[in-house]
Amino acid sequence: MADELIPRSDEFGLAKANEAKVPITNHESASFSKQMLGFWVTFKTMFKKVNTVQYPEVKEETAPRFHGRHQLNRHPDGLEKCIGCELCAWACPADAIYVEGADNKEGEQFSPGERYGKVYQINYLRCIFCGLCIEACPTRALTMTNEYELADDTRAKLIFEKDDLLGPLRAGMVPPPHPMYPNTDDGNYYRGEVTTSHPSQGVAEND
Amino acid sequence: MSNAELIGQDPGWIIALKGLIIFATCVVLTIMSVWGERKIVARMQQRIGPNRVGKFGLLQALVDGIKLALKEDLIPKAADRIVFVLAPIISTTTCFMAFAVIPLTGEVNFFGRKTAMQLTDLSVGVLYVLAIASVGVYGIVLAGWSSGSTYPLLGGLRSSAQVISYEVAMGLSLVAVFIYSGSMSTSEIVAAQQQWWYAVILFPSFAIYSISMVGETNRAPFDLAEAEGELVGGFHTEYSSLKFALFFLSEYVNIIAVSALATTLFLGGYHAFPGLGFTEQWLGGWFTLIWFFIKVLMFFFIFVWLRGTLPRLRYDQFMKFGWKVLIPFSLAWIMVVSTLRVMSQQEAPRILIVAFIFSMVLLYLAVTTLVDREKAKVIKAAKVTNSIEPDFPVPTIENSRVEQING
Repeated sequence: MADELIPRSDEFGLAKANEAKVPITNHESASFSKQMLGFWVTFKTMFKKVNTVQYPEVKEETAPRFHGRHQLNRHPDGLEKCIGCELCAWACPADAIYVEGADNKEGEQFSPGERYGKVYQINYLRCIFCGLCIEACPTRALTMTNEYELADDTRAKLIFEKDDLLGPLRAGMVPPPHPMYPNTDDGNYYRGEVTTSHPSQGVAEND
Repeated sequence: MSNAELIGQDPGWIIALKGLIIFATCVVLTIMSVWGERKIVARMQQRIGPNRVGKFGLLQALVDGIKLALKEDLIPKAADRIVFVLAPIISTTTCFMAFAVIPLTGEVNFFGRKTAMQLTDLSVGVLYVLAIASVGVYGIVLAGWSSGSTYPLLGGLRSSAQVISYEVAMGLSLVAVFIYSGSMSTSEIVAAQQQWWYAVILFPSFAIYSISMVGETNRAPFDLAEAEGELVGGFHTEYSSLKFALFFLSEYVNIIAVSALATTLFLGGYHAFPGLGFTEQWLGGWFTLIWFFIKVLMFFFIFVWLRGTLPRLRYDQFMKFGWKVLIPFSLAWIMVVSTLRVMSQQEAPRILIVAFIFSMVLLYLAVTTLVDREKAKVIKAAKVTNSIEPDFPVPTIENSRVEQING
């Protein structure tokens, strides 16, 4: 494995120096030709392909599992997955997440089951993008997107509220609050048995 | 007609115009070379370099200059105000002055008059350049001293020590050129290189000059004066705004100046490359200007290449190299050259010259072998001690034996 980590050393004739374990002190100097090799390296590099990405104009795709801005997900009928349990806030090593849960009431149902996250804030001045909150979330409500352009000019703007974090309403989703799918409980939701909204829940927006 | 005779007939307005042209060329060349350096170093590091302002970022250096000019001009409370202002002025004026004796072209038609692009031709032109460079050191040392701050003082002392010691090697490397050309006038040295460049026949001198000119201009790998890790910015740490810009300008003009001197003394000045002599008549002689700048820019590229390749030297190693290697070597070389010169002037038999050269080569080999053997001994000794104690100085601890601390 170690050999694979330094594939270039052979190319410049340095591998032998490593093998010999010659201590590099100020008494010893590499041969003249070896010293000249350094000049060849820089000269050769001038004609190599440049690594620079012209960032604001050209954006490279991130790795698929890149840790970017968070997102609060929804069930397929539009109800929020977050149940306001605060496990993410407790898991956060940087204390960047603040959650206030509240009870779902008749006619004011935001998530399946009893509770929903009433206040949900992530402070991106504190967040270190470690992803422990995502691991802690029991309902897969909190995930991370690949969005990384999070700079801003005030502290207040970098505290993201629930509105900023909620995922978009996709096809078939009804904006909450609305009742649960008829004849289901939260168990059905968690097992993924609810796949779309029911007309009794309201009118889906993006159909 | 020689350059000196041509220039001697110049009326005042031509002299003034030439001065202006040389000044403008230096400033424009500085701006372009800052851009060029950043571009080349960037390529060497697989980057693009400045590409935002103007086409290919060509205006980057200009915009940087404007930014500097608009910045607040600070003078520290502890600074000596008069000297603090004077220092960058000394630095900048001296490096421009060196250009006065550099012949940029041969005979050209200048607004209907026959002249040469050279402001003045002193019979001791090269000495004048060396003298001016020494005055330039005042700019550095005064800047460091007048800042009233520790790091600038240390940086100023370092760079002046450095410039002075490398000037010795530089001056010595030029002696061989004087001996061969029989003149110290820049234009006559150029004329003496019609057949062979001195870079070829006096190669050791050329090598010594090339090394010492990097030390002289405080450039990487000899940029100890502004070793950022230890001295912040060196002598110009406390400078801001236009005064800093002046130091920046003088550094780059200095690079161009030593490159121009190297071109003049070793690479045949404004003459074309061997075999391309016919181009010298093109554009009424003005084409030689292009040859001159091609050679200067070649040197500039080497400056950048060095910066892109080599790490900075340690101060003591640098001084050791200057005093114990470059200067003794150039002294020995001068003796060899002058002996050869005298021999050929007195028309010594060829066999004697060959024998002399042969014995010198033998002597050189013997000396280097002895030095290598000595080195091997030192290494052997160091390896034995290495196993017991480190070979770098360690702080003394109470109730233990005293460590020897020396280089």
